[in-house]
Amino acid sequence: MLTLDINGEARQVEVPNDMPLLWVLRDVVGLMGTKFGCGIALCGCCTVHLDGEPVRSCLTAVSDAVGRKITTIEAIGGTPAGARIQKAWLDLEVVQCGYCQSGQIMSAAALLANNPSPSDVDIDTAMSGNICRCGTYPRIRAAIKHAATS
Amino acid sequence: MIEMPRAADLKRPDRRTFLAGSAALVVAAAIPTGGRMARAASAVGPFAPNAFIRVGEDGKIVLVMRDVEMGQGIWTGASMLMAEELDVGLDQVTPDFAPPNEKLYANPIFGQQATGGSTSIRADWESLRKAAAIARAVLVEAAAKQWNVDPAACRVERGTVKHAASGKTASYASLVPVALTLPLPTDAPLKDRKDWTLIGTPQKRVDTSTKVNGKTVYGIDVQIPGMKIATVAMCPVLGGKVRHVDDAAARKLAGVVDVLKIENGVAVVGDHFWAAKQGLEALDIDWDLGPQAGLSQADIEKGHADASQAAGLVASKVGDPDAAIAGASVKLDAVYQLPFLAHAPMEPINCTVHVRPDGADVWCGTQVPTRAQGEAAKAAGLTPDQVTVHNHMIGGGFGRRLEAEYVGIAAAFAKQVSCPLKMVWTRETDIQHDRYRPFYFDRIAAGLDAGGQIVGWTHKTTGSSVMARWAPPGMRKDGIDPDAVECAEDPIYEIGSRKVSWVRHEPPGVITAWWRGVGPAHNIFVIESFIDELAHAAKQDPVAFRRPLLGKTPRALKVLELAAEKSGWGSPLPVGTGRGIMVQSAFGSFLSVVCEVQVTDGGQIRLRRITAAMDCGQAINPDSVRAQLEGGLIFGMTSALYSEITLDQGRVQQSNFNSYRMLRMNETPPVDVHIVESTEKPGGLGETGTAAAFPAIANAVFAASGKRLRRLPLAGGLASGA
Repeated sequence: MLTLDINGEARQVEVPNDMPLLWVLRDVVGLMGTKFGCGIALCGCCTVHLDGEPVRSCLTAVSDAVGRKITTIEAIGGTPAGARIQKAWLDLEVVQCGYCQSGQIMSAAALLANNPSPSDVDIDTAMSGNICRCGTYPRIRAAIKHAATS
Repeated sequence: MIEMPRAADLKRPDRRTFLAGSAALVVAAAIPTGGRMARAASAVGPFAPNAFIRVGEDGKIVLVMRDVEMGQGIWTGASMLMAEELDVGLDQVTPDFAPPNEKLYANPIFGQQATGGSTSIRADWESLRKAAAIARAVLVEAAAKQWNVDPAACRVERGTVKHAASGKTASYASLVPVALTLPLPTDAPLKDRKDWTLIGTPQKRVDTSTKVNGKTVYGIDVQIPGMKIATVAMCPVLGGKVRHVDDAAARKLAGVVDVLKIENGVAVVGDHFWAAKQGLEALDIDWDLGPQAGLSQADIEKGHADASQAAGLVASKVGDPDAAIAGASVKLDAVYQLPFLAHAPMEPINCTVHVRPDGADVWCGTQVPTRAQGEAAKAAGLTPDQVTVHNHMIGGGFGRRLEAEYVGIAAAFAKQVSCPLKMVWTRETDIQHDRYRPFYFDRIAAGLDAGGQIVGWTHKTTGSSVMARWAPPGMRKDGIDPDAVECAEDPIYEIGSRKVSWVRHEPPGVITAWWRGVGPAHNIFVIESFIDELAHAAKQDPVAFRRPLLGKTPRALKVLELAAEKSGWGSPLPVGTGRGIMVQSAFGSFLSVVCEVQVTDGGQIRLRRITAAMDCGQAINPDSVRAQLEGGLIFGMTSALYSEITLDQGRVQQSNFNSYRMLRMNETPPVDVHIVESTEKPGGLGETGTAAAFPAIANAVFAASGKRLRRLPLAGGLASGA
C-alpha cells in the first residue's frame, strides 16, 4: 500500500511500485484530466507536477511520487500561476480539441511559477516537449506572455 | 417544406455532392421533426419544434448538435447560428450531442450523418437558422396569442418576448405550454443581416472552459461501474491473423483479468491499462502473417508508377492539350509523389463497449455515430436499434474518426465478457493500424508559348480511391472518384487546352481513408508547385505569373494580392531564405498563403513566417476562422516536413512520435491571418490551411535553395541531395 499526496489529499493505493503514475491517477484514483498520448514521454499530454516541477507521469514510477506533492490539472487552478495560465488560455482562445491542453497548461504553469517573465527561448525550452496536433502553438506562446503580464 | 442548401448550390462539384438527388438527400432536405419531437408525446415541454431545438419550462435551451466537436469550433458556430435566430444569448444555450439517427441528423450536403469535408458550416448556414427562426416564430405567436396582440408588434430580447405598447413581457420558458398547442409553420423569415447581434462578431467558444481544467470527458475518459480496461495487439503485418496465443505468462501477472482473441487481434483485459499493457507484452503470439508478409515500400511505389502508365479515366478535357504542348516553345513535365499518412490524433483510438444479451452501450468519440452503431451491432450480433451510442468530445479527428472499425473491434472483444470493456489502443498500435491517406503518384506536364503563356496542360493522378470503399454512391457514373480529381479537373486558372485524368490503383494490404484536406490537399500541392515551376520557366514572378490566369476567379485573385502585400512579397530577404506563394479555391473558400523559410547549409528547412489571406464568405465567428487557419496550416506544415508512413515486409515502420514526428513549439513560426470581409455564403475552413501548407512551403524551399522538391515529406529531401 502506497500513500500519495494528490492535490493536497492523502490517497492510499494498492499498486505495483513500478506502475506509472499516469495510470494510477487515471485508472486507480479516477482523475481523468491527465491524459495518455504516447506512453514514452514524447508528447507531454500526461504532464503533472511533483513538488511544483513538471514531470511526464507516463514514465514516472508511482513509488517515485511517494512523499512528494502531486498536482494535476484538476487542482492547478488553485495555484497563482496555474490560475493565470488557465485564464489566459480562455482569454486568447488557445484551445481547439483540447486533449493536449492539460499537459500544455501544466508545463506552462510550471514555467510561469519559476520565471515570471519568460522570453521566447524560455517558452521554447519549457514547451517543446508538449505536442499539439491541432496546431495551437502560436496562441500558447501568446497566452503565456499574456499571463506573464496580467 | 423548408428550403435547404442543395448540393447544386455549392461552388464546385465534388465528393460532397455524391448523394444529390437520391432519397437520402430528399430526407435531409426538410428540417426533421420526428423522434425528438416532444409535443406528440407530452403536453408539458420541452418545446421541441424540430430535431435541433428544445426549450424547457425550466428555461433551459438545448441545441442538439448535428456536427461533432473535435476542436474545429463548430459547436460554437452552430450555436451562434441558432441563438441568432432564436434571439437568445450564446450564454443561454446548452449544446448537446445528437444521437445516431440518419433521418434527423444527416448532414444535408453529405446525405449522411458524418462530420467532415469542411462541410458543417455550409450545411448549417440555412438549415439551422431556419430551424431556430421557426421556433422563435411559434414562441412569439404563443405570447401574442395570450396577450391578444399582433405578433409583428412583439420583439425578443435574450429569450424574453416583449410587447412595447402594453409593456407585457414573457420568458420563452413561460411560453412553452402554449407553444406546444400551436401548429408549426413550415417556414419563417430569417433576420436581415443588419439585425445580427452574433453572426460575424467574436464570441467565446462554448466548449473550452472545461478543457482547461481537465473536466471535459473524452471517449478515453469514460468511467463505467464495473468496467475493465484492455489494450490490443494486432498482426504486425497488415491483414495478418492470429494463429495461436500462449497467454500463460500474461495470465499470471497481477491485475490481468483475461486474454481475449478475435480473428486479427488479441486483447489483454486488466484492472487498469498498465496491467493490460504488461500482459500484452507477456503474450507469445504466433501470427499468420498472410499474403503481405513480403510487401515493401519499393513495391508500393513501383505499383503506383507502373499503374500511372495507363491512360486512365478522363475527368475533364478541353481542346487538344497534347498537341498544344508538343508545339510549345517551352515544355515542362514532372512527377510528384505524396506518401501514405497516419492521422495520429492526440487522443489515441479507444472505445468502451458493454454488451448484454438484449443490447449494447458504446461510449466513444466518433465523426460517424450511425456507422459506429452499425459496427458495434454487427460485431456483437445485435441490430443497430439495440445499440446505444454515447458520443463524446473528440481529442482530434482529422478523418480518423470517420472510420468506425475500432468500434467493431472493441465490440468483438467486449461481447466475450459480461462487464463493460474499455479498449485503449497504444500509440504504437494507433499509428501502425490506422487507415492511411492514400499514396499518390502524379504526372503533370505543360507547355508555354514564347510569351510565357500556358498553351497546354495535362495532369494525371494515380492512387487509391477512398470514396469507392467508404461511400460507393459517391463515385460518378463514369467511374471517376470526384475526390481524386477535386480542384484539379476544373482548375482556378484559365488554361485553354487541358486534360485531367485519373488512374485508380489499390495498393495491396493497405486500407486508405480520409485525411484532413482530402483530395484538395493532394491536388493543390501538385498544381501550385507546378504553376511555380512554370512561372520560373517563364522567368516571371510567381505572383505576376498567376495574376492574369485568375480572371475567372476574382476572389482568388483578391486573396493572392492580399497575401502578397501582407507578407512583404518581393522585399529583400537574407541569403538562404525564400518565400513561396500559393492560392486555392477549395471547400467553398478562397485562400492564399505565403510561407517564408530558411534552408541551412546542411539542408535543414526552418519555418520563419506564414502569412495567410482568407475569403471564406461570411465569417460566423471571426476568431474561429483565424484559429482554424493557424491550426490547419501548422498541421499541414508538420506533414509537409516530416510525415510519411512506409512499409517493410508488410509492416508499418513508424510507431510513435519519434518515428512519426510532429512540429513542435520551437519550430513553429508566427502565423498571420488576414480575413477578407465578405457577405457571400460561408465557406468551409477546417481543411483549407492544411491543403495550402504543402505547396506554400515547397515553393519557399525552392525560392530559398533553388531546389525543387516534388516528393513529400520535404525534410531530408535537400540533405540527401534528392
